[in-house]
Amino acid sequence: MIATAAPSRSPRHALNDGDLRSLLLIRHFERALLRLFEQGVLSGTTHTCLGQEYIPVAVSALLRDDDFVFSNHRGHGHFLARHPDPHGLLAEIMGREGALCGGVGGSQHIYHRRFLSTGVQGESLPVATGVGLKLAGTGALACAYIGDGTWGEGAVYEALNMASLWRVPLLVVVEHNGIAQSTPTSAQMAGTIAARAAAFGVRHHHVTSTDVGEIRQALAPLVDAVRAEPSPLVVEFATHRLGPHSKGDDTRPPEEIRRVRESDWYDRHAELDPEWFARIDREQRELVERVVAEVSARPHSRSGGAA
Amino acid sequence: MTRVSEHLNQALHDLMESDPSVHLLGEDVGDPYGGAFKITRGLSGRFGSRVRSTPLSEGAIAGVGAGLALAGDKAIVEIMFADFVALAFDQITNFAAKSTSMYGRPVPVPLVVRCPTGGNRGYGPTHSQNPQKHFIGVPGLSLFEMTPFHDVGELFARMFGLGRPCLFFEDKVLYTRQMFRIDDLFRFELVDDVARVYLDGAGRPDCTLVTHGGLVHRTLDAMRALLLEDDLVCELLVPAQLYPVPPLPGLEDAPHVCVVDDGTEGGTWAAEVATALYPRLWDRLRRPITLINSADGVIPAAPHLEREVLVQADSIRAAVREALS
Repeated sequence: MIATAAPSRSPRHALNDGDLRSLLLIRHFERALLRLFEQGVLSGTTHTCLGQEYIPVAVSALLRDDDFVFSNHRGHGHFLARHPDPHGLLAEIMGREGALCGGVGGSQHIYHRRFLSTGVQGESLPVATGVGLKLAGTGALACAYIGDGTWGEGAVYEALNMASLWRVPLLVVVEHNGIAQSTPTSAQMAGTIAARAAAFGVRHHHVTSTDVGEIRQALAPLVDAVRAEPSPLVVEFATHRLGPHSKGDDTRPPEEIRRVRESDWYDRHAELDPEWFARIDREQRELVERVVAEVSARPHSRSGGAA
Repeated sequence: MTRVSEHLNQALHDLMESDPSVHLLGEDVGDPYGGAFKITRGLSGRFGSRVRSTPLSEGAIAGVGAGLALAGDKAIVEIMFADFVALAFDQITNFAAKSTSMYGRPVPVPLVVRCPTGGNRGYGPTHSQNPQKHFIGVPGLSLFEMTPFHDVGELFARMFGLGRPCLFFEDKVLYTRQMFRIDDLFRFELVDDVARVYLDGAGRPDCTLVTHGGLVHRTLDAMRALLLEDDLVCELLVPAQLYPVPPLPGLEDAPHVCVVDDGTEGGTWAAEVATALYPRLWDRLRRPITLINSADGVIPAAPHLEREVLVQADSIRAAVREALS
């Protein structure tokens, strides 16, 4: 067993225990949801972030308690990296007692402290701009997670224009996974996100790394500038969606899915320090198993009974 | 004597003066222009960055207003012409209105979206609409309309007090009319939310009309002609809150009810009012409630064509006469 304090890992292995816990909590939570769907015990739909977990884990450590986070349909990772409360989130998704929003919102509509998600693409950016206007000068910022598909919505451009004009502390995190539901980016986006940001005079930073420490190191001064100047920033992550858009609706050819799997952080981290990884992996898998068992046994949530 | 536009402008000044959490956003609202209808004149000079002239982005303006409201402030958003509120439909109905309840607990969203409505000014099909009907029945959303009888400052206080987003419709023709002054023949009083306009000492009216603020003067012209030329006494009820439809006073004795609505035919506010009244009046009504609406057509620019589409005093008079004949 490795001691918990492991400060001097190699640069290629800059994860600490907390980060790995967070990554694996999200991974096992999402896997559990797909299993629960297969078992027919979840209703509606869900959108898992398998493969993209490292993005909110990297970003959340750069956020302060007074920052406001806006999330989207694929938001479980965003939530768990910010608020490690798998019980409340699963209860919300399953409509059980202790649900974050009484079971009214479900997977895509969570409002907890300063975290808010909603299910219409691009809708959150103008709202985040308004919240950012209020936060400007306090050092806090509004952070909005969007995808590459979101850039089809006009609301994105209206908001970027205002955020740039009015110097709003708005951090736009783009999870560019190359596919919007079933449509490849090449078939739905002309030009680039970088050029679109540039058109509004908004700083853009492209992240190809999947290394949480490396990502943070690069982003930290940029996020500080968002707060201090204040000014908007678009951070575009080149990432991969490991799972289907929602559940069982993956139409990508097998060789493409194989390529995506090869880029996954999970196996890479497991190989770097097998014993350490296996321990925390088991710990988080068992934690999620307990959460599933416990929440599944709860009574239905009541209207107006938000946690 | 105060013009409606001056009254509204003063109400905004008073509100922003008394409540530093109020923001105002809209296209061209800053000085010296002061808004397309000059309603926001003088505000940007007094209240600085709390008043923002925005890009032409109705959707995002409404969204920014909702964001400010979510963050604990209050926002008034001006849509230059009510027709353009269609561009903000998603932000208003899917975000601001739903947010008040979709998170499992009441979330206050103190947001007022001001929408200058209506025709009879020759602005044509995309600058003359009464879009109220498109927002009826949206959970979490309330609709109000400016009238010559209701103090606008009190209405703003009420709307913000609801903690949910409100649309506030302002008929452009009303801007140049006088507040609290109407035809000398009639008197008015406020019964809770509703202005009641009546002929003093006339007893039971032959017909009770219900309308919204923008149609008050056309309806009064019809009532005057009905009285003087047809010997028919009408009473008029004007609620400031359009939806949910508030209780309408004094209809128990009404021999007949007409609802007058400047929106085009089909899925109308008038039908919503009638739906609210039928269960209450069913036993006493002698005939169906008469619904008077603008025609099912776009609103033409040429004045002679526009007149044919929109509700006018003579069409109200004709409809009342026909119903009572």
